[in-house]
Amino acid sequence: MIDKRVANASEATSDIADGAVLLLGGFGLCGIPEASIQALIHRHLKNLTCISNNAGVDDFGIGLLLKKRMIRKLIASYVGENEEFEKQYTAGELELELIPQGTLAERIRAGGAGIPAFFTPAGIGSDVAKGKEIREFDGRLYLLERWIKADFALIKAWKGDTAGNLIYRGTARNFNPLMAAAGKITIAEVEELVPAGELDPNHIHTPGIYVQRIFQGETYEKRIENVTVSA
Amino acid sequence: MLSKTQIAQRIAKEIKNGQYINLGIGIPTLVANHIPDHLQVVLQSENGLLGIGPFPKSDNTDPDLVNAGKETITMVKGSSLFDSAEAFAMIRGGHIDIAILGALEVSENGDISNWKISSGLIKGVGGALDLVASEARLFVAMHHCHKDGSSKLLKDCKLPITGVKCVHKIFTDLGVFSILPEGGFKLLERAPGVTLEEIKSKTEGKLVIKGEIPEMESFDLG
Repeated sequence: MIDKRVANASEATSDIADGAVLLLGGFGLCGIPEASIQALIHRHLKNLTCISNNAGVDDFGIGLLLKKRMIRKLIASYVGENEEFEKQYTAGELELELIPQGTLAERIRAGGAGIPAFFTPAGIGSDVAKGKEIREFDGRLYLLERWIKADFALIKAWKGDTAGNLIYRGTARNFNPLMAAAGKITIAEVEELVPAGELDPNHIHTPGIYVQRIFQGETYEKRIENVTVSA
Repeated sequence: MLSKTQIAQRIAKEIKNGQYINLGIGIPTLVANHIPDHLQVVLQSENGLLGIGPFPKSDNTDPDLVNAGKETITMVKGSSLFDSAEAFAMIRGGHIDIAILGALEVSENGDISNWKISSGLIKGVGGALDLVASEARLFVAMHHCHKDGSSKLLKDCKLPITGVKCVHKIFTDLGVFSILPEGGFKLLERAPGVTLEEIKSKTEGKLVIKGEIPEMESFDLG
């Protein structure tokens, strides 16, 4: 088996340079690559393009990269809950591309699967369709969407092995497996890293072929955005 | 006039045995609390879960288990977990029977606008664009009017559109409406104590009232 291990987040992310295009896993703050983001904020990177479902909150997740003004362009489906985003966007310092969530997921999936474009019904009649090719299939209109690929994918899983095989937990899976395949270099961080052979192959969600570097994060805050409980 | 909870209770009466349902953020989320126990239905969360259960007890929250509103949840027995592409394949592929969404505006031909807008900025739309483009029956849960008193039931949407001709039924604090194929809000039921005059005055789009309009059946407000 190929050993994909690196020592830590700083080593894993050391060659991410100014202007890089990054895919970042997670939905809200659930399943985000906490350690890789922490490693990035200690470097003075500029002009990053970040592709992620959300933009984090002001003091956690992608919000930390926004605060350090490392991001030039954000591609997401929803960017609420973030004042820093609002400030920079209003000042014209940040470019934003909003994409329907299902289209975002499928564009990333397509990127990893070698499908350059596909037709979807989402966005017909809305501003999302502007400038895009529209075609009728069986009496319904669909619009053409292109694949998304990136220089690096920063993803988070629950368990992983040294061969890069990954298992996710709960809804922390979300965009992570799709992004794993769409990154030229995919950096996976896990809560528990085990030797190859210890994970049951029947239970692997992301096969190691998609992962170039893997490390175990030191600690995970796993902040909850909205704690909601029943009486 | 109905409270948010009562709107949710009214929508819950539309749900039938065996359905797969996606609930949006806001009033739609409340519908889950009012689905009768004897019905076997499955709630989808588009961030990757079929089988949303009740909110957890305070000592049992799990950061790896949230709904599309990023709220902590639990899973019911028989749940399944999957990635975001799979979640939307279910939606676009016509496997979800009902989608219940909030909205900022609905037009008389069934267009919907439900972008999240704050401080005048469009903050995104999440999964709504995909949901409204799916084959699912689309129910809208919302207040009849904006806070300034202006109607949300319009001739044409003024805000950017999320989907065209996709809304089937609208449930507001004043009543229940269907969208007619030829256009128009057909009034089906009035909320308790709400007059036709009030509904007429608060509906900007074409309102169709045919025959006697029943008052909503009273239901337990517990």
